[in-house]
Amino acid sequence: MSKDDLPGAPVTTPMARALGMVAVSVSPDIVVKVPYRDDLVGDPDTGVIAGGVVTTLLDHTSARAAAAALTEETSLATLDLRIDYMRPSKPGRDIFATAYCYKVTRSVAFVRALAYDEDPSDPVASAQGAFMLDSDAGREAGANLTPVQRKPRVKE
Amino acid sequence: MTANLDLLSFLERVPYARFIGMRATLNGDEMTGVLPFSEHLIGNPSLPALHGGLIGAFMELTAIAQLSITGPQSRLPRTVDISIDYLRSGRPVDTYARALIKRVGRRIANVQVEAWQEARANPIAALRGNFLVSPRGGDEALPGAAGTH
Repeated sequence: MSKDDLPGAPVTTPMARALGMVAVSVSPDIVVKVPYRDDLVGDPDTGVIAGGVVTTLLDHTSARAAAAALTEETSLATLDLRIDYMRPSKPGRDIFATAYCYKVTRSVAFVRALAYDEDPSDPVASAQGAFMLDSDAGREAGANLTPVQRKPRVKE
Repeated sequence: MTANLDLLSFLERVPYARFIGMRATLNGDEMTGVLPFSEHLIGNPSLPALHGGLIGAFMELTAIAQLSITGPQSRLPRTVDISIDYLRSGRPVDTYARALIKRVGRRIANVQVEAWQEARANPIAALRGNFLVSPRGGDEALPGAAGTH
């Protein structure tokens, strides 16, 4: 993944790396691609990349668009994501996603994104997502390594 | 027996399911998707937390697998649309998912999925989706298929 200096965005995440994600463009539009790979196929009868790859790519690209729209570096976590699958991608084709953040509030960034394999005007999928800002919310690095504390049941 | 074979064949057949390392357990025809933790599934390396899109993908696959078990399909169910709510951070531990088939019509199945880790009562995410189904045998519809669409 090429170097980027989007505030708040990690240069890459393990999931993005594992999928072979490549930053295609950061300006004026954020565009990320997943190169076609046999082990990412969803239906072996068609050779089409799995919907889950598109979901992950749309989530990732949307988060980067949200980060790019912020003036301060902050942690981001997906709050919700809606995806319409308009058509299957063509077998053997790389998948691209482009996203833009259309609204930032104090706590939430709202993003729209498109996935395509050839032409953004003939998209594979369309997505809309909301991202929590400052999602780590004071949790320090490694906070997720300790199990969730269960409140003990105490009889009064 | 048939459900087991359909589930095994699904998990073997779908390369992406193998890529994320998805497994499943089966009770009768009710399956629980299992996603063993692996470093490559991480989205936030600091906490660390599972990647949100990946959690969505796992729930989507769980829905498709459950549909394949409940009624044999001539081809894999195809996602029409999904809506995912992220409820809690996904910790770096195993994740489970269960799909509830809300309705199956002639062409569309509506499915809800919940994913959890240490406590079933504290889901980390929920998905609702519509899937295009192709029941095997043409006229043979999935159990519950009736009415429009």
